[in-house]
Amino acid sequence: MPKDSGIGASSKRREDVRFLTGRGRYTADIQLHGQTYAAFARSTYAHARIVSIDTSAAEAMEGVLAVFTGADFAAVGGNPAGWLIQSRNGEAMKEPKRPVLAHGKVRHVGDAYAAVIAETVEIARSAVEALDVVFEELPAIVDMAAAVADSTNRVHDEIADNICYDWGWIEDNRAAVDAAFKSAPHVTSLKLINNRLVPNAMEPRASIGVYDPGTEDYKLYTTSQNPHLTRLLVAAFVMGIPEHKLNVIAPDVGGGFGSKIYHYGEEALVLAASRRIGRPVKWVADRSEAFLTDAHGRDHVTTIELASDKQGNFLALRTETLANVGAYLSNFATVTPTFLHGTLMAGPYKTPLVYVNVKTVFTNTAPVDAYRGAGRPEATYSIERVVDKMCRELGLDPVAVRRQNFIQPDQFPYTTPVALVYDTGNYQATLDKVIDLGDFAGFESRRAKSAKAGKLRGLGLSTWIEACGIAPSALVGALGARVGLYDAATVRVNPTGNISVMVGAHSHGQGHETVFAQIVADKLGIPEANVDIVHGDTSKIPFGMGSYGSRSLAVCGSAMDRALDKVIAKGKKIAAHMLEASEGDIVFEDGKFSVTGTDKAKTFGEIAFSAYVPHNYPLETLEPGLEETAFYDPANFTYPAGAYACEVEVDPDTGRVEIASFTCADDFGNVMNPMIVEGQVHGGVAQGIGQALLEGCTYDDNGQLLSGSYMDYTMPRADDLPMYTVDHSCITPCTHNPLGVKGCGEAGAIGSPPAVVNAVIDALQRGGHTRVTHIDMPLTPSRVWAAINA
Amino acid sequence: MYEFDFAKPASIADAAKALAADGAQALSGGQTLIPTMKARLASPSVLVSLTGIPEMKGVCMADDGLSVGAATIHATVAIEAAKTYPALARLAGGIGDPAVRNRGTLGGSLANNDPSACYPAAVLGSGATVHTNKRKIKADDYFKGMFTTALDDGEFIISVTFPVPQKAAYVKFDQPASRFALTAVFVAKYAGGVRVAVTGAAENGVFRWAEAEKALADNFSASAIAGLNVPSKGMIGDLHGTPAYRANLVKVLTGRAVSAA
Repeated sequence: MPKDSGIGASSKRREDVRFLTGRGRYTADIQLHGQTYAAFARSTYAHARIVSIDTSAAEAMEGVLAVFTGADFAAVGGNPAGWLIQSRNGEAMKEPKRPVLAHGKVRHVGDAYAAVIAETVEIARSAVEALDVVFEELPAIVDMAAAVADSTNRVHDEIADNICYDWGWIEDNRAAVDAAFKSAPHVTSLKLINNRLVPNAMEPRASIGVYDPGTEDYKLYTTSQNPHLTRLLVAAFVMGIPEHKLNVIAPDVGGGFGSKIYHYGEEALVLAASRRIGRPVKWVADRSEAFLTDAHGRDHVTTIELASDKQGNFLALRTETLANVGAYLSNFATVTPTFLHGTLMAGPYKTPLVYVNVKTVFTNTAPVDAYRGAGRPEATYSIERVVDKMCRELGLDPVAVRRQNFIQPDQFPYTTPVALVYDTGNYQATLDKVIDLGDFAGFESRRAKSAKAGKLRGLGLSTWIEACGIAPSALVGALGARVGLYDAATVRVNPTGNISVMVGAHSHGQGHETVFAQIVADKLGIPEANVDIVHGDTSKIPFGMGSYGSRSLAVCGSAMDRALDKVIAKGKKIAAHMLEASEGDIVFEDGKFSVTGTDKAKTFGEIAFSAYVPHNYPLETLEPGLEETAFYDPANFTYPAGAYACEVEVDPDTGRVEIASFTCADDFGNVMNPMIVEGQVHGGVAQGIGQALLEGCTYDDNGQLLSGSYMDYTMPRADDLPMYTVDHSCITPCTHNPLGVKGCGEAGAIGSPPAVVNAVIDALQRGGHTRVTHIDMPLTPSRVWAAINA
Repeated sequence: MYEFDFAKPASIADAAKALAADGAQALSGGQTLIPTMKARLASPSVLVSLTGIPEMKGVCMADDGLSVGAATIHATVAIEAAKTYPALARLAGGIGDPAVRNRGTLGGSLANNDPSACYPAAVLGSGATVHTNKRKIKADDYFKGMFTTALDDGEFIISVTFPVPQKAAYVKFDQPASRFALTAVFVAKYAGGVRVAVTGAAENGVFRWAEAEKALADNFSASAIAGLNVPSKGMIGDLHGTPAYRANLVKVLTGRAVSAA
């Protein structure tokens, strides 16, 4: 019987009631007394020198309150990179300053170089058009290979080759890997593009800056996935505001997918503007601004080589990647193509030798940073595509080859040649499960049926692993991180026994308010309805690191679990006093503290009340109150893994690909709420199918964004997607966090693209188009048709 | 959006008068114009809505075919033409999404003449007649290239009459993002011959594929066009398809439309 509440129950998402009935409160919904509006002047050139900006006409317009340009921020700090990467030669990476407003040069279409504050949005926009700006256009740097080759044309004048760093992982293994390739019986190579994506959160970015001249306090309402990090960046690095004088509130946030992890210049601008004019300043991006300025995702060009014997046993793997960071370093742009990508290059396999080289390149395009999966989809796609290609070249069964190369269940903990230590897993189990649920046995008859209808049917497989809940802080610090990666939770038991939990994680759609409450209720033996989860306001919550990288449950959930342990431990002390027993004889079960072996007991509510009305209480040895905080710094990442199978039908006359079925067998460790986990997988796979078939962010040679609206950027819609089969019954609990959980938020986006592309290649190969060994994503009808007819 | 004045005349004469004003712009369902204005890419001084004029709305049989008022929304055509001209009704029912179909109109689509719009294919493929406030224009004379029509300044469409064919079908291959026609073909068989109109494919907008019309007049089956080739010269090339790809779609979709008719 499935449970109807607590851990493991599919409790309905309580936050959905307000989201679905229009009662959510997003930043754009917040209206403050005396509020004013900001509009940004954004470059229409990809690359140009700012010769002059005459603001006088704009400033003279009725209703205009202030005009800012880059010069106003020349003296303040820049928005820093969150992670320092060292090049192979030991040199530190290049870290150009990212200004609040562009100064001297604009470096991508959409780069903001001025801002107007006015009484209305329309006045602000008209005043932006009244700015008299002279640009000297410079050649746009768009293609990464050209950017690296041409040292005269520079995104940042001080960086000659447009390279941020040239990273090797692990550099000491390079010679051994090269030697293995020289003697290998078979080498498969593949050049592939991991296509650039626009995040497209449903809610565009928005910020309101509020300065209180009486207290000199600042408040920032903003669309953030991690309000404390934003506060730290704005306060300590960009604006120089004392941290305790800045309160950052990220209220309901409508999706982020990574793009709202980072601090953006608009946040600093509204704060500075509010300080200057003494009134709140609000900015809400329109969808065009979102396309042009939200940090994009992916954009790697990779050559991958796999050395094997003739039986398909992997001997060595090496890759060379150019990774686009765009015009400026977004906060985690440098770690995404390195430690979130190169360290995953072993996949679920026991490949003994692996070497990864990544050159990260500046271009005149929007900044690129982590997007759902962040580095791991790029790694998984490269590995699973080259494995598939190797199987075809050697005439081997892709299922058998994966099986023979898997790390075996008895080999954990397993140290990979790219330095991760996988704590646990069972890759055979999820592969067996997907073969069963995906009915591989019946594929041939389905293929024959498709053939009769003139369609080419193919089956694609992807066996993936990812690392999420990035940790521990000491390790990431040694690797260059400028932040810690713990999280925190405060469990406040109120006198009447209900509970507020203040968490450092931030929910922007994931369902924390429901799942975290389930865990608290389960552990304390109280109804879920008695628990509220508070997040998103730095004045209420302990310092936490927010939500990204599938970390909330594994890291913040573990902190909450530790805080609950402290609450129970204190409750036992109170109960021992009230029940006149020794603390060691108190057991806590089903919401009751009882003396073991007796029927003497106090309910959780009685203990809570006693803590706040301490009339019969051990005041001489115990403080009153029942509120506990825990910080949790994990010992390791968690390693979710799984097997995905995709079946497609290709129309050879038009090249159109239809997903016939998609089957997921995931190992997420212990599952707290199966319905929410299934929803996360659905969403992730939708984004993965979007990347594989539909979404392609494209700049032309002049750096103009061709896919700048929904007229040209294809978001997946319901009729593009199949009914999914999702399973998470294969469980190897995480060995190092108290809940035994692994992340599930990014899995779908990581595991699915290679399954789709492998399926399309399989369909074409089976259909006789044997020369087609690869097509770059997105596999649009036009591209598939061109490959067939090449 | 910039500021503008708004007029909603109740008669054709009043509409003509309002449209004579300097900077006036006709507004029908607004599915293209309003987003363009919101993006500050158009700034008419006065918008003249043509949706308040009774004789510009509705679907009825007339002497020379099925008459559709210019201000009739797609959703209405999808229902009311279903029995008399099912291929036209299905075309209307496949434009955009429900929101678009309940605002967008036949007249708005034809006056804009987007090279990827659906309705131009039906009008040209049916050999329809465009009735304006000044004259009647044959479909073959109406479409003058991308976003260009035979309409003069101040001239607007009142209705369109579609001769009803013996058989017809519209097959649309969606541009995946916008769901406009990446390429779409309208095929109609009349007693006097076959018409094949193609939208979405060519840089000059909707066009008739004369070779296919000739082949299909003799033999109305998909096999009749098997030997024909569509040159890719003049076809649109963009993110979603090369000229060669669109040329291929013209042939594939024509065959499918013939089979579906």
